[in-house]
Amino acid sequence: MEPLLKAVDITKSYAGVHALRDASFELRTGEVHALIGENGAGKSTLIRIFTGAVIPDSGEITLDGSKIVENSPSISKTLGIAAIYQQPALFPELTVAENIAIGQEISGTFGVVNWPKRRQRAKELLASVGARIDPEQIAAELSMPQQQLVEIARALGASARVLIFDEPTASLSEEDTQNLFHVIRQLRSAGVGMIYISHRLEELPAIADRVTVLRDGQTIETHEMNEVSSDQLIRLMVGRELSAVFPKREVDRGEAVFELRGFGSRAAGIRSIDLTIRAGEIVGVAGLVGAGRTELAKTIFGLVAPDAGEIHLRGAPISIDHPSEAIEYGIAYLPEDRRRHGVILDFPISANITLASLKHLSHLTGMDFGKEKEIAAEYTRRLGVKTPAIYNAVSTLSGGNQQKVALSRWLVTQPSVLILDEPTQGVDVGAKAEIHELMMALAEQGVAILMISSDLSEILGMSDRIAVMSGGTIVEILDQADATQDRILSLALGH
Amino acid sequence: MANTERYKREISAAAALGVLLLIVGIIAPSFFAPGNLRDLVINNVPTLLVATGMTLVILIGQIDISVGSQFAVCSVAAGVLAKTGMPMPVVFVAVMFTGAFLGALNGTLIGRLRLPSIIVTLAMLVIWRDALRWTTEGAWVQDLPETFQWFGLGQRAGEITVVVISLVLFAGFAWSLRNLVLGRRLYAVGSDAEAARLAGIDPPKVVFWVFVIMGSLVGIAALLNSIRFSSIPGNSGVGLELKAIAAVVVGGAAITGGRGTMIGTLIGVALLGTIGTALTFIGVNPFWEKAIQGAIILAALASDVALGRLERNGRSDLTGTSPA
Repeated sequence: MEPLLKAVDITKSYAGVHALRDASFELRTGEVHALIGENGAGKSTLIRIFTGAVIPDSGEITLDGSKIVENSPSISKTLGIAAIYQQPALFPELTVAENIAIGQEISGTFGVVNWPKRRQRAKELLASVGARIDPEQIAAELSMPQQQLVEIARALGASARVLIFDEPTASLSEEDTQNLFHVIRQLRSAGVGMIYISHRLEELPAIADRVTVLRDGQTIETHEMNEVSSDQLIRLMVGRELSAVFPKREVDRGEAVFELRGFGSRAAGIRSIDLTIRAGEIVGVAGLVGAGRTELAKTIFGLVAPDAGEIHLRGAPISIDHPSEAIEYGIAYLPEDRRRHGVILDFPISANITLASLKHLSHLTGMDFGKEKEIAAEYTRRLGVKTPAIYNAVSTLSGGNQQKVALSRWLVTQPSVLILDEPTQGVDVGAKAEIHELMMALAEQGVAILMISSDLSEILGMSDRIAVMSGGTIVEILDQADATQDRILSLALGH
Repeated sequence: MANTERYKREISAAAALGVLLLIVGIIAPSFFAPGNLRDLVINNVPTLLVATGMTLVILIGQIDISVGSQFAVCSVAAGVLAKTGMPMPVVFVAVMFTGAFLGALNGTLIGRLRLPSIIVTLAMLVIWRDALRWTTEGAWVQDLPETFQWFGLGQRAGEITVVVISLVLFAGFAWSLRNLVLGRRLYAVGSDAEAARLAGIDPPKVVFWVFVIMGSLVGIAALLNSIRFSSIPGNSGVGLELKAIAAVVVGGAAITGGRGTMIGTLIGVALLGTIGTALTFIGVNPFWEKAIQGAIILAALASDVALGRLERNGRSDLTGTSPA
């Protein structure tokens, strides 16, 4: 039988980093096909290629046997491909009926809206997904699961034949999940093909017919769901041996520099966190997207107010209300989203490097431009930032070099606690190795390092201890010797 | 660091000013008579001071359209305070503080409460203008003391004083913006407030103080403008916000913040301030002044967008988006 949707040898890279490499995938009519993989395995990219949000560098996509030559979000919609995301994307101020009608406007002469007809259609579609929702209700008043159903109804209204669910159950209760599964099974018997992305491996046997594992941008294996166990799936997701060589060296650990006791923040969604980092130690933080890792870093750094517990620095309790206070205490935070937050793209390299240490360049007679130049020259040399001039804008640099500039900014402050959030994400292999070497050198100088990473091989290769986070708290802290990829992933998945 | 590449927006504004002066110089050389130039300078120094503050406001990605109304309030305050018999230096400081207070109100609402500056200052524009109309009932402040007009120095010395005070203030801000750490913080907040916050800068605090400075400069500008006359109207400064914003934009600053220089603003004030008189001298009906000013603003924005596109295309290969 001809598959409904087929992708062959899809390759997509961003600035030299492969997000997908010769990935192939097929979806049959009336099938629920699970797509699983670690963070950054390429699931989102593949989905965005199907919905036309991303154009692949090479490869071919066919729908019902005919090649999709040109794709865009609006083209994929007319072809009947729709995606339902974890966070529903309804227009909050419009009614349910209006939301369903968007993009498939039923209108009479002169584009006048036919309200009764629109309401009627919304009612029918909502009934088809078993939702008891008033079409006249404002979307913002609906609960999350209700909004999801409205989105499904909207997709069906646009006669979708391929439905993509991206982590649909991540924030649903057990009962709502069962309701959703019920709807999905109905759609399956109606012949809709569905791609189902989830980190909850345990729910897959209940809903999926087949499963495809993605790893490092490649589609590894496809199985009938009833022929694989979740242990097997975890092994496939992790798969690789430690491919890269990490410059990990033994460092004598000093005093406990940094300590969190019962630390939490409702605003950030993290709770009861206990963690100690010693001088010279690298503690890795592993966990899935949404486990609260970045939120933890932000709360420590004073970007979100904590409401429970204590921070201790060299045994003394401290409180941090603003990043400037954290910097005063010698805490540095390299944020996750480099281009948005790590550097100011329009600023020269030199100004980016000194931005967190301006106080030390301030004189009554004006800013010490000579010293700024010295510092910028020193750090670009030490970190090997490849640039013809330190006054060039950071936007002219490659991703890896931008990250080195972002890191330099924090090294200038001479921190005793360094929090790194995805330090090597979207960075080429060479720069990655250089950043790892630098981390080691800092540890040897006695810096306490907290490294958040979605790259399990990096976590295992660089950390002395590994804190695994799930649901906003640390579920376990593993010694490097006891940690394996399988173990970390099952803890992160909440097994 | 200084190169043509970096200051190309300022250079194009300066070129436009140069061309204008050249044309006027050929057609009507009498434009350059000392008396005319002196009038031009004295007429435009209050605008220059307000535009100086506006440069800072726009640099941090905000806007202040209440400066015209603040100017009126401060002008009336100057007259009323002078009539109490206060010595002029004290009046000067008091009017500056009046402006600073009005600016602090804006700064609190915009910086601390995170309200959008365009709405806050629009409200203030109406509030101060109408509050003033209601209190003065349209009457002018008259019977000012001898020491008020030209600080009691006579026209010539008074004019020199006004120009010197203005230029010293302008130069001070231009130098500080370029050479003080504070200036660097302003650019950082305007470029990306969240990135600046992550680097330990406190954007709400920066916003607050910039609006305080804006208000103080409006106060000083109002006083230096008022002392030219023997009585003070209750409705001065109408349209001042447009003049100041236009001068800053024509001078090459990005209305979205993060880019702009004081020298650019100076050129902008000179260009927009000269054009009206220049038109009269070359025989164009002065009613065209506003329309031509508008055209200049559009031209500045269009060239800004064009330059921005050129810059981006030049480096698009190096800035691929990162994978999601």
